[in-house]
Amino acid sequence: MSENSHPTPALYLVIVSCLFAGTVLTYFAATWEMGIFNPIVALTIACTKATLVILYFMHVRYSNKLTIVTVCAGFFWLLILISLSLSDYLTR
Amino acid sequence: MSTATQAVMPQKHYLNDNYGIRSWLLTKDHKRIAILYLFTITFFFFLGGLFAALIRLELLTPAGDLFQSDTYNKLFTMHGVNMIFFFLIPSVPAVLGNFLVPIMVGTKDLAFPKINLLSWYIFIAGAAFSLTALLYGGVDTGWTFYTPLSSGYLKTPVIVMGVGILIAGFASIFTGLNFIVTVHRMRAPGMTWGRLPLFVWANYAASLIMILGTPVLAITLILLVLERGFHIGIFDPKLGGDPVLFQHMFWFYSHPAVYIMILPGMGVISEIVTCFSRKRVFGYTFIAFSSIAIAVFGFVVWAHHMFVAGISTYSAMVFSLLSYAVAIPSAVKVFNWTATMYKGSVSYDTPMLYAFGFIGLFTVGGLTGLFLAALGLDVHIHDTYFVIAHFHYVMVGGMVMAYLGGLHFWWPKMTGRMYPEGWAKLAALITFIGFNLTFFPQFILGYLGMPRRYHSYPEEFQVLNVLSSAGASVLAVGFILPAIYFLWSLRYGEIAGPNPWNAKGLEWTTSSPPPTHNFDEIPVVTEEPYHYGANLDEEVAGVH
Amino acid sequence: MRRSPVSTSQTTTPATEHHPAWAHQFDSMEQQRDASSFGMWVFLLTEIMMFGGLFTAYLIYRIRYYDAFVAGSSSIDVKWGFYNTLVLIGSSFTMAMAVWAAHKGKRMQQVLYLVLTLVLGTVFLGVKAVEYKAKYDECHIPGGVIGKGFSATGAAGCSAEGNIAEDIEHPKNLAGKEVSGKPRAAAEQIARQTEIFFVFYFAMTGLHATHMIIGIGVLLWLLRRAWNSEFGPEYYTPVENFGLYWHFVDIVWIYLFPLLYLINRIPHK
Repeated sequence: MSENSHPTPALYLVIVSCLFAGTVLTYFAATWEMGIFNPIVALTIACTKATLVILYFMHVRYSNKLTIVTVCAGFFWLLILISLSLSDYLTR
Repeated sequence: MSTATQAVMPQKHYLNDNYGIRSWLLTKDHKRIAILYLFTITFFFFLGGLFAALIRLELLTPAGDLFQSDTYNKLFTMHGVNMIFFFLIPSVPAVLGNFLVPIMVGTKDLAFPKINLLSWYIFIAGAAFSLTALLYGGVDTGWTFYTPLSSGYLKTPVIVMGVGILIAGFASIFTGLNFIVTVHRMRAPGMTWGRLPLFVWANYAASLIMILGTPVLAITLILLVLERGFHIGIFDPKLGGDPVLFQHMFWFYSHPAVYIMILPGMGVISEIVTCFSRKRVFGYTFIAFSSIAIAVFGFVVWAHHMFVAGISTYSAMVFSLLSYAVAIPSAVKVFNWTATMYKGSVSYDTPMLYAFGFIGLFTVGGLTGLFLAALGLDVHIHDTYFVIAHFHYVMVGGMVMAYLGGLHFWWPKMTGRMYPEGWAKLAALITFIGFNLTFFPQFILGYLGMPRRYHSYPEEFQVLNVLSSAGASVLAVGFILPAIYFLWSLRYGEIAGPNPWNAKGLEWTTSSPPPTHNFDEIPVVTEEPYHYGANLDEEVAGVH
Repeated sequence: MRRSPVSTSQTTTPATEHHPAWAHQFDSMEQQRDASSFGMWVFLLTEIMMFGGLFTAYLIYRIRYYDAFVAGSSSIDVKWGFYNTLVLIGSSFTMAMAVWAAHKGKRMQQVLYLVLTLVLGTVFLGVKAVEYKAKYDECHIPGGVIGKGFSATGAAGCSAEGNIAEDIEHPKNLAGKEVSGKPRAAAEQIARQTEIFFVFYFAMTGLHATHMIIGIGVLLWLLRRAWNSEFGPEYYTPVENFGLYWHFVDIVWIYLFPLLYLINRIPHK
């Protein structure tokens, strides 16, 4: 892999602003009555923030396929652990 | 063996490149690290074997007359813990894998040699904790550490043991990490994925499991230690915790762990079968992908250890079905090895004898696994000797035989010396007989209802137990013999030369023992793997 | 499709090109960088699974003891968690800038950003210490071995904010007026159950903080090397890979914040 394009400081500033905004948003969203959507919104915001960090701060956006597969594999395996364990608890 | 010229030891190789204790304890050479691991795990094998001997001694008589039940609990726990975490899990990867993977992919060393050495030190640290626990009387929870017994009710050194296993787990993680990066990023020119030896595929798949599963064991043990140490109630029902959660988290690792143990062994068998059939392995792609399939599927079957623990019936059915699915890739391998032998020119050197043993015994073990995967049947045979027989068939009849076969196959490469073939064949035979005598009666015992982890049993089970214990003593001889003649061979064994088996594979193109940097010139790979059979007659004439 | 390694120098390497950081097992600096980076990603994979185990256990208990989790979550001071999240995200930004500066070979900027990351990381840990102290005062440390013994029902020696049972039985709305809560017995049971919540609070933030402490140690080492101009466009792998680790620790916190602090912050009516 030769020189990857590197994000610029300006891009990093944009991303960190988004992350700050997301943090503020998630705090306020927790104070709104949304029923079942409260945890969904919270997790969605968290996943979005995580994705931004992964893609830009961790350069995955500019990385090779192996890196992308590795990241996806990690979350996929975590999903296996969570979903199959829950499949027991939720069906008792 | 009649060859035109007598083989000679190379002038300089990795064993004599540098002398002194520092050159070994501070080595970065993957081959020396493999030897360090070899000594360490051999020690734990015999330690675990000692506990097994004591167990079988107790079980000669129906009454619990040799040991008290608490002591007996310690015996089977220490047997299990030492054998699984300190022998089986590292066995092929840390010894044969460490030695061979870089050579087989055609590079000078693993990707991270210092981390490799670190992994051995971490392993030693874990082993030190484990031995400390032994000195404090040993743990009696069973190797499965089920809560709340382990977290709240015992006075034995569970924390020390838990920490030891936790630490040893990190050694496993670092080995796996090293293998994965090496296979992805350090293959020699021309060494495509499709030309990798199946041994490398197998270790790669096992490495995937190591890095994905072991961390969950780590956190589980951390929580167990925290619970025990700080009296918090994660797994203790009295404090609002859930003991089944411990089992879920424990088995999430420990089931794939059995595939960490067996996959490298299967890799060894692939190498041996093709060499001693003088024939390309049948279905290379299938065997390669079946290794990956086993690694992946192995992660979704763990609750088959928990069918009677209180999980929901629906969940049990799903896990039962998935457990059937995981047998398929293993079966694919067995079929392919058999097809490799078919119409091959089969010779009966010791490694091949162990391979035969593996194929037969692993098949029995694997099939009985399916018995256990059947929900309705498992309810009756769970926690009986049937389970014990099943896993010993796959672990000892399978894995240990594969390990021994691999040791014999690559001993000349690692040491430059041949072991004595006559004694080796005898040992293989004794091991096979002893193994079956020990463990086959246990299937029957389990079926008849004898529970596991009990030091006393009803009178009517005595005959089978005596058979089993007798077998164990024969098996012990079968294991002790190689220890003796391998050591003997270091001094008096016939010099092997670079390729005593006339095998294909990059490791056989370099000297025996190899130089520290593995290759004088990094190879460029142009041939398919296992390109036997092109000149079969010529090959047959060249061997023996 | 990239097939590796595609190095043309097999055995001998021109002495003139030998970067001091080039390790012998690699054929080229490029291969070394690729392998090291991939190695760090594989390591992060193991970290995902380790934290993942904790998250799974958390999830299962949150479902089982939802009311207790809400009560426990509400009893931790959200402002500290909020500020800490901003601090950590900020430190992720400064770390990314440090990697950029190293890649550009700008020594003073590398050092500056590494120092900023270090400072922000330390601030984070300082705030955590304040939070833990508050939990100690409120008798919310579970187990009883450390701290004053767990009590969420207003035992003697514990500060009044720690009386979760009281908050459940007599909750207050935004205006400070008392509104209807749960009956005493139910409130006390939920309060007792919050001990499990606090187990996860301490286990998850504790494991996270341990990773931060290790990270700060590595940062000091990196600082020394950056000060000695060891990093530049041809070689900045350690900074890059540590950046990956630091961002990962940040991501864990991004999930921890809503899961621990924001389970239910809807004000009472």
